[in-house]
Amino acid sequence: MISQPPRRHRPARPLLYLMPAIIVLSVFFIAPILIDIVIAFTNMGVNLKVEKFTFDNVLRMLGRDSRLPMVLMTTFIYVTATLFLFNIGLGAILAVTTTAVPERLGAFFRGLWLLPRMSPAVLYGVLWIWVADPTPYGLINQIGGALGLPLLNLRNDQPLLLIVIANGMVGASFAMVIMTSTIRSIPAHLFSAARIDGAGEWSVLRHVVLPALLPPLRFITIYQALSLMTTYEYILLITRGGPVYDSTTYALYVYRRAFESGAYAYGAALALGLMVIGVAVTLLQWRMAGMKQSFAAPKIEVL
Amino acid sequence: MAKITLDKVTKSWGQTEVLRPMDLTIDDGEFVAILGPSGCGKSTTLFLLAGLYAPTSGQILFDDHTVNRVDARDRNVGIVFQSYALYPHLTVQQNIAFPLRFKDVPKDEADRRVREAAALVQVDKLLERRPGQLSGGQQQRVALARALVKEPNILLLDEPLSNLDATLRIAMRAEIKALQSRLGITTLIVTHDQIEATTMADRIICMNNGNIAQIGTPDELYRSPHDIFVAGFIGSPPINLIKGEARGDTALVGERVLSLSAIYRGAVTFGLRPEDIALIASADTAMTGKVSLIEPMGREIFYTLQTPFGRLHALETGETARFVIGETVGLTFNAQRTLFFDAEGNRLPGLNADITTTIHEPVPSVRHPSHAEVAQ
Repeated sequence: MISQPPRRHRPARPLLYLMPAIIVLSVFFIAPILIDIVIAFTNMGVNLKVEKFTFDNVLRMLGRDSRLPMVLMTTFIYVTATLFLFNIGLGAILAVTTTAVPERLGAFFRGLWLLPRMSPAVLYGVLWIWVADPTPYGLINQIGGALGLPLLNLRNDQPLLLIVIANGMVGASFAMVIMTSTIRSIPAHLFSAARIDGAGEWSVLRHVVLPALLPPLRFITIYQALSLMTTYEYILLITRGGPVYDSTTYALYVYRRAFESGAYAYGAALALGLMVIGVAVTLLQWRMAGMKQSFAAPKIEVL
Repeated sequence: MAKITLDKVTKSWGQTEVLRPMDLTIDDGEFVAILGPSGCGKSTTLFLLAGLYAPTSGQILFDDHTVNRVDARDRNVGIVFQSYALYPHLTVQQNIAFPLRFKDVPKDEADRRVREAAALVQVDKLLERRPGQLSGGQQQRVALARALVKEPNILLLDEPLSNLDATLRIAMRAEIKALQSRLGITTLIVTHDQIEATTMADRIICMNNGNIAQIGTPDELYRSPHDIFVAGFIGSPPINLIKGEARGDTALVGERVLSLSAIYRGAVTFGLRPEDIALIASADTAMTGKVSLIEPMGREIFYTLQTPFGRLHALETGETARFVIGETVGLTFNAQRTLFFDAEGNRLPGLNADITTTIHEPVPSVRHPSHAEVAQ
């Protein structure tokens, strides 16, 4: 009975369906970037007044800011150390060990490592301030004291080390969760086959588990590198970026310039710089890690 | 090459006993199939031999050496899993060479052996590919090459054909059988497919519920099953099993009295294979049935009939059906091929039944009209 041919052109519909997403993306993602770009080329300060449009901020960032090279260096050390030692290294170790022990024990330990991620950042920050407290009452000094070691003041003497460890303890759980599920998805027959083929524990780890972990590793590296570059809440809470600027990473530097020094426009320009660096680093990693493969067909045969 | 002996081997997971005490000897170079429905313990048996599981009790011997405490990697067994279990990140070449990594095999000898193994199963043109780029059949050949490259004493095949399509399965069946007889390697195949077991193996171990139901050649299992389970499991289409009661020299089966070849009393199950029933184009015989379904199977016709036995399946060679649905046909069967099982399901050897002597005897029980009669 229905003989009407289907209508070919319905241009209004797709737009209608896309509208919610477009609105959300515009308001929360695109608009802030545009506003940031505009502010970066003004002289806006704490009074929010724009008197002129200028390239001053960009020039200052590229040449005249003598702190910036050190901040970049700090950021590089902080991101690479946290990423490779904790977010990937510790995460992988946790995934491998918690899947190797009996399931209930493994789940318990994974839960334990997820706790810092579940607790509020402020609480976690305060906890680390107590841990690193320079007085004999700080946790590290209590332990060190019992062992007869001199008092340590990590926040003052090794601020970068402190923020790397503090961030790493939170960050490790991300890779742990993802890699745990990856290890779980390795077919049991593959382990059996490797054992029968003559592989010992280490060879099984090396030839069966590690290859399976590579694809998620690419994703974790890119994702966590970006995340480490742009977040600063733990650093702000634990060391405030100090002493002076010793533990100030780029993202925190943006914050401090904008909201401590009141140089909103310069902060906006710095933020723009961070965005450029973030995109560059991501593209570089994408290229190097062959991320395209990760979006290809699954590497694990599922039957 | 090795002889395998299992001496009262059991396996339990916690309270669950998956393998009851099992005694078994497999001769050097023999090709044996472990056949049974899923959950019967057949894969457990295989994994016990591979060293992936440790037996709860009993002894596993390879060539009279106890291997209970020998690690899987030191048992020198080759295994092919149902899922093939190829290493996804390695090429075919590397997959086949994998077991040699852990042996002190010189590089050029390793290369030679990999090439030989690959050639043996005809994957020598695919050495640079990865498992993901291979078809199921090719993956299976690679898995076979990997199992053979280390020149194992025992080859274990865990449902190796069940992921292949029907045509490939038939081809691989023949190929594996030929390969096994050429290499003379002691081989165990686990399967739930009786055709696989009967076509490939010298002997079949039929398992049920953690027990060995029967060990024998395919023909022994088919013609002289020890119990009702084996009778029902082996044979496709399956055997007709009809409840009845033996009353000395006769037995009431369904609604029909049969004469027995020996004296027996008690509840029995009468077994009759579909191909042992002959259909006659005349209703003027001792027993008749009404055709209710006709299923052509190529060179055989599979009939379902309503008879005094109840519903009966008959298989007849031929390409076209000789009868039509609703037609009443005469039935006879080969008395020598009939089987009887007691109330526990055990075979009653030497007991056969025949139809002919009971033609006009009154049925000594209250007769209910059969389905065929109701329909008329």
